[in-house]
Amino acid sequence: MAQVPILRIGDCLVVTVNADLDDGSALTLRDDLACRVASISARGVLIDVSALDVVDSFTARMLGDVARTVSIMDAETVISGLAPAVAMTLVEMGVTIPHTRTALDAQGGLRLLGIVMESARERGA
Amino acid sequence: MRLRADADLGRLRQRLRQLLPNASPFVITRILTVASELGRNALVHGGGGRCDIRPPGPGLRLLRLHFADDGPGIIDIGRALGDGYSTNGGLGLGLGGVRRLSETFEIDSAPGQGTRVRVALAC
Amino acid sequence: MGDLLGGSGTVLDDWLEAQRQAGVARPDLIDEAQRREQSSQVLTLLGKVLAEGSPVFPDDPAWDELRMHLDRLSESRAVDGFSPTETARLMLTLKDVLFKRLRDAVPNVTADAWSDIDEVTGLLDTLALYSSEVLQRSREAIIERQQQDMLELSTPVVQLWNGIVGLPLIGTLDSRRARLVMETLLDSIAETRASVAIIDISGVPAVDALTAQYLTRTAAAVRLMGAECIVSGIRPQIARTIVDTGVSLDGLPTRATLAGALALAFERTGRTVEPNG
Repeated sequence: MAQVPILRIGDCLVVTVNADLDDGSALTLRDDLACRVASISARGVLIDVSALDVVDSFTARMLGDVARTVSIMDAETVISGLAPAVAMTLVEMGVTIPHTRTALDAQGGLRLLGIVMESARERGA
Repeated sequence: MRLRADADLGRLRQRLRQLLPNASPFVITRILTVASELGRNALVHGGGGRCDIRPPGPGLRLLRLHFADDGPGIIDIGRALGDGYSTNGGLGLGLGGVRRLSETFEIDSAPGQGTRVRVALAC
Repeated sequence: MGDLLGGSGTVLDDWLEAQRQAGVARPDLIDEAQRREQSSQVLTLLGKVLAEGSPVFPDDPAWDELRMHLDRLSESRAVDGFSPTETARLMLTLKDVLFKRLRDAVPNVTADAWSDIDEVTGLLDTLALYSSEVLQRSREAIIERQQQDMLELSTPVVQLWNGIVGLPLIGTLDSRRARLVMETLLDSIAETRASVAIIDISGVPAVDALTAQYLTRTAAAVRLMGAECIVSGIRPQIARTIVDTGVSLDGLPTRATLAGALALAFERTGRTVEPNG
């Protein structure tokens, strides 16, 4: 049950979820994020799930819980990297992840949060 | 295979990935998601259970999964299959979704008699 | 003839054993409890029909219950991987069991006994062939669907602009095709890193509830990937049908023409179009 590392970029936090998120790790993540958001008065959290090839209703619910917790602390959540197969399966199952915006990848996610990475300006107008 | 702890869900997913090395990501994700939902139900609500995997035969590309547990059973299957039914957040939600993802779906459960779910998935 | 099945308890056990001996029990494909349940139902329903005389199979409604049970049984066995022969053998092993009972009950074969034997033979052969046929058809249907999936060649997703893809839908969508088309679109959004997908439905004859559901589902999946969807090619008749039938597109932005949708897409991606010179 490895701890999920939380990185900080400016006043935002970035989490990269990999492999299987079980009950324990998910709850730990939610609580850790809540603490960190509070401690740096973060205004945004980016959760990148591009390493997941499965997101079942439990995982979706966990992600939603994290997002709701973060929004209660007056910050916003962006989830990035949902693979085509995962997006489609979630929709077919009728499962949604509320309280979040989504982006194609981490870079797009950071942009949504208002952070432009110096080295990359591809999708721009 | 046995489903007694979280790690077993991971093992189940690994086994399924190995079984279908050439399947498209859409097929794999769909199958792993169904296995996760049903496996977690057996584990969390059924107090642990079993999953039997029947690999696709020649010609008919259908993977069959059979989950069984000796837990308390489902009181109202009809409601559990409809969306919005939930104990501890979503036993029912999982089943309705699983049925939509499967080619065939059979469930057999009653209070005190455990739960058995059989699905066939296209691959 | 209904007497043959009397004391159904032992007939069931004998039959289950006969299936095992004939190698059609297949514990690797179906578990014991299910096999017992399926066979027991056959006997119960067969007994009911025979109690009513000699109705003609399959037309007489007296056969409906048994027929439906055999349909379900054969369809589920198609999925389980049984062969047509194994399914036919199921009924034929029953024939063996009933014959043995007849022989024991009537040591000296009389004319009446022969007529009974004749009837049983004919009946069980018919049921055997029927269930085998249903299974065949189920298998063929499953295989055909899967082959269709493989043959469904690339739905052309067009890159309309940097970050904007277009998907022209032609013809009607059944759930299989809809799924394949959605997969292609989502893959292309990932590949081209598109932020807008325009689905053009001018080639779709009608937008019924199913098509609308496909469109809203696709839009939801596209949104999960951080992009957005616009539906274009809404002809006046289609717009009218949508309003009349109360079909919901869940707030999906729509435009009558591809050009209109493209303009909206530019707007959404922060671009403006200005005339030259």
